[in-house]
Amino acid sequence: MAHVLVVTSGKGGVGKTTSTAALGAALAHDGEKVVVVDFDVGLRNLDLVLGAERRVVFDLISVINGVAKLPQALIRDKRLENLFLLPASQTRDKDALTEEGVASVISELRQKFDWIICDSPAGIERGATLAMRHADSAIIVTNPEVSSVRDSDRIIGLLDSKTLKAERGERVDKHLLITRYHAGRAARGEMLSIEDVLEILLTPLLGIIPESEEVLRASNVGSPVTLNNASSAPARAYFDAARRLKGAEIPMLIPIESRGIFNKLFGRKAA
Amino acid sequence: MSSLVLQRQSLRFRARSYMAFAITPRAPIVDWLADLDANLERSRGFFAGHPVVLDLSGVHLRAPGIAHLVEALEERNIRVLGIEGVDPAAGEAGLPPILRGGRGTPGTESTESGTAAAKAAPRKQSSPSLLVEDPVRSGQSVVFIEGDVTVLGSVGSGAEIVAGGSIHVYGTLRGRAMAGANGNARARIFCHRVEAELLAIDSYYKTAEDIEESLRRGPAQAWLEGSTLKISALN
Repeated sequence: MAHVLVVTSGKGGVGKTTSTAALGAALAHDGEKVVVVDFDVGLRNLDLVLGAERRVVFDLISVINGVAKLPQALIRDKRLENLFLLPASQTRDKDALTEEGVASVISELRQKFDWIICDSPAGIERGATLAMRHADSAIIVTNPEVSSVRDSDRIIGLLDSKTLKAERGERVDKHLLITRYHAGRAARGEMLSIEDVLEILLTPLLGIIPESEEVLRASNVGSPVTLNNASSAPARAYFDAARRLKGAEIPMLIPIESRGIFNKLFGRKAA
Repeated sequence: MSSLVLQRQSLRFRARSYMAFAITPRAPIVDWLADLDANLERSRGFFAGHPVVLDLSGVHLRAPGIAHLVEALEERNIRVLGIEGVDPAAGEAGLPPILRGGRGTPGTESTESGTAAAKAAPRKQSSPSLLVEDPVRSGQSVVFIEGDVTVLGSVGSGAEIVAGGSIHVYGTLRGRAMAGANGNARARIFCHRVEAELLAIDSYYKTAEDIEESLRRGPAQAWLEGSTLKISALN
């Protein structure tokens, strides 16, 4: 049974595209047939993070406009044979997305894949609402920081009112993914704590991705962090999150700061 | 001296809404008045003391005809507050003012049409209160001019509740709460945890800056004392 998942946040730059790629790769790595769909028409990035930018011929808009058939636009990943990308168009804007076009593409993808992961653009306009429109469930990507949390609250409200499921009186399953979490800064109160974020958003936690330079490194070589360095801390957190998505019960670890002895002594003195 | 005082005070205009009976005469007016008399015979004083709006959309009357009808109703102790459903040209000095934009007894409103919270609310017309069972998220607006609003969850930063009566929030109030929105100075705001951006009762308000730090993050209520919005801890 195909599952449509939207990765959304409201705010830009919190890690939607990174998370889409990392989770897509993790699910595909575990044997699922996955397509990641870039809804950020005009500002596409998912092709770069997956290292597929040199193989894009057709895109979501060409399929919607009938210029290409869906199989022509799908790009198979070079590392994982059951991971596919449906890229966005860089030359058009979000008005090129039509409600009917998106509906027909999603229903065709449902025939072919286990997981359809829609990478939403930032904002709450057309692109974002169409990306979430057909979702069975949603991942809300949030940084532990007030503006990101408030925007996520707004997006959760939209998920509860503007999706097809909500209009049918059902609920979109919502999962919270906290990214760029820095244990030290949270401990010093420079960042919202996990408890604060959960208390405000009242949404079940899917995972906590620690802030790490591994994420940037992977993105620069065009690889999802889960494939580039599977043993790194963020990759392990993404793998756990992907397994929780499939229903596995995996205990949640809140990253703690690994301090040296000097830091510890110094920290105590200061307190 | 008195002129000095006048200069200092600014004139405040506030909109208020009231409930009024609307009666709709039908042609021929003579028969309709006879029906009305028969009804009044059964329940004398039914309209006594109540404001009544005359809806003339069912009949075609010119100014003298309207004046005659208003007079006939006055004789029956029905005081006409305003008339609606007529061409503005028909309004003349001596006639009650022409009203526009009247609504039937409304239910709930929400700016985000289809907001789950508002949809879930029961739409009983007689109910003077609205129960919102889900959290009110940023950007959502719950407007209920008819009475009290009770929110079981939290009200997010950037969300707002507007109520004609009091507002009760059993979660954390982080957004804006505006109680007594139609001029009810006795309305209050209660919340389990106050982190509000703005609290207002009957157009008097306090922003987050004005809320004492010692009250924040605790249970609180807000009420109006004269023209001062007071906030105190609730325990």
